[in-house]
Amino acid sequence: MIPIKSSEITPEHIYLSRRKFMQAAGLLAANAALLAACGPQPGASVGTEEAPLPAPTATEEAPSLLATPTLSAEADELGNPLTSLDAVLTYNNFYEFTLSPHGVASLSQGFLTSPWTVAVGGLVNKPKTFDISDLRKFEQEERIYRMRCVEAWAMVIPWLGFPLSKLLKEVEPLSTAKYVRFETLYDIEEMPGQKDRSFPWPYVEGLRLDEAMHDLTLLATGLYGRNLRPQNGAPVRLVVPWKYGFKSIKSIVKIDLVEEMPVSMWMAMNPREYGFWANVNPKVAHPRWSQATERRIGENRRRETLFFNGYADEVASLYPDLDSRDWYY
Amino acid sequence: MRLKRRVDQQVDRLYSVILHGMALFPFARLLWDLIFGRFVDPVLAIISRTGRVSLNLLLLSLACTPLYTLTGFALLVRARRTLGLYAFLYVTLHFLTFAGWDYGFDLRLLWQAVFYQRYVVAGIASGLILLVLAITSTRGWQRRLGKWWKRLQRLVYLAAALAVLHVAWLLKAPRGALPYAVLVAVLLALRIPPVARVVRDVRRRWGRESPSPSGER
Repeated sequence: MIPIKSSEITPEHIYLSRRKFMQAAGLLAANAALLAACGPQPGASVGTEEAPLPAPTATEEAPSLLATPTLSAEADELGNPLTSLDAVLTYNNFYEFTLSPHGVASLSQGFLTSPWTVAVGGLVNKPKTFDISDLRKFEQEERIYRMRCVEAWAMVIPWLGFPLSKLLKEVEPLSTAKYVRFETLYDIEEMPGQKDRSFPWPYVEGLRLDEAMHDLTLLATGLYGRNLRPQNGAPVRLVVPWKYGFKSIKSIVKIDLVEEMPVSMWMAMNPREYGFWANVNPKVAHPRWSQATERRIGENRRRETLFFNGYADEVASLYPDLDSRDWYY
Repeated sequence: MRLKRRVDQQVDRLYSVILHGMALFPFARLLWDLIFGRFVDPVLAIISRTGRVSLNLLLLSLACTPLYTLTGFALLVRARRTLGLYAFLYVTLHFLTFAGWDYGFDLRLLWQAVFYQRYVVAGIASGLILLVLAITSTRGWQRRLGKWWKRLQRLVYLAAALAVLHVAWLLKAPRGALPYAVLVAVLLALRIPPVARVVRDVRRRWGRESPSPSGER
């Protein structure tokens, strides 16, 4: 496989076209028309099991727009076609709302993502609380990533965001910092699924510092050219494409640099099945199911799962002794 | 008397229509959603929906005998077999979607899918029991098997327990299967003779208080 540079992940003309659009953004109406014209059209493709999507609010949608789709933007670097926007918006694992993947979209629509701040601290020189608008000021890139859930379903999603490393560099990690700990909002009014006390809320995830600094590790604020919807982890989430999906924590309010390996929520529940590393490997079965194949949502046939979800050339060097089972759960 | 029989026949017919209608409704809805493209991911949706419907019907079928013990409503005894057969119908759809649509009957992939995943083993075991019970559900087999028929049909509790295990093993958070597990345990407990006797006594006592218990024949 050819290694991917980040610049190759989104073809340059798409950045440029978006930039141009942004400059011409006085014409908000034109933007809206463009979105309507070239965006995937939920009505035309599929309705869903759930109620139709509520119309996005103006404030949610105004800042960004979909780049003109071209062939290269409709697939990842391996030629995998994008999962439809409709599927991305209606098939979600987000236990803070409900355990049912079809129920998240409707349950989460009232979720308040503004005001929203992310406190970055711990072992850093310059702890700082970022407002969500500060995070959107980082140069946003489109990255088409494969997403592989530990439960063996998968998607291909065009994210909008920026490498986490840029944020971390701004707060200057101390040399004692070895890991990064992320935390989701804890608010049982906003996230009704958190009333289920059988989970040790809040959702916590972690990465080793070098994983967090890796260029593929993305802090996403949008997908398909729009701001994130609540069901996808609005307003800001992590995307670590070579790990099982549960590592990509959603609706982040806190990022801490720490010395010890953080205990994630899933580790606290079941470290043998959902451990810290959780790197995708088709050859290492989950204790209860095989990881050899995956169901790409919207496709009719299973696909064989790729080592490190297809990102082995970029990330395998992070892990010495790849044969150890420990890296995969 | 003749009038009463005619009314009974009408009630029976109405009851049959309602029962079959209820059991077939999920199938109709499935076809509707499929034809009109209402599934984001048809394979996952059909597999999970047929599985859920099948387990629900199986549990309803198991609930018939305890409910009969409690109410004395005789039609419940007949519903037991009908509901069980519908559970088998949905489990067949469930299996065919899994093996045929999802895995394309690719034996190499299926081999892995079956034997590296204990939830699939539990599911297939449960399905095979239901297959045997469905085949032997006819009057002819009932006659041929004699007293063994009843013993064989009791395996339905094992099928239900395996189905619950199947659900528990495939969920990311297995405790989601807990309500089903509790339900199966309760339904099984209600069949234990001393417990069933207590339930029957409760009904008799109610029966005395209200002189015309409906459906008591």
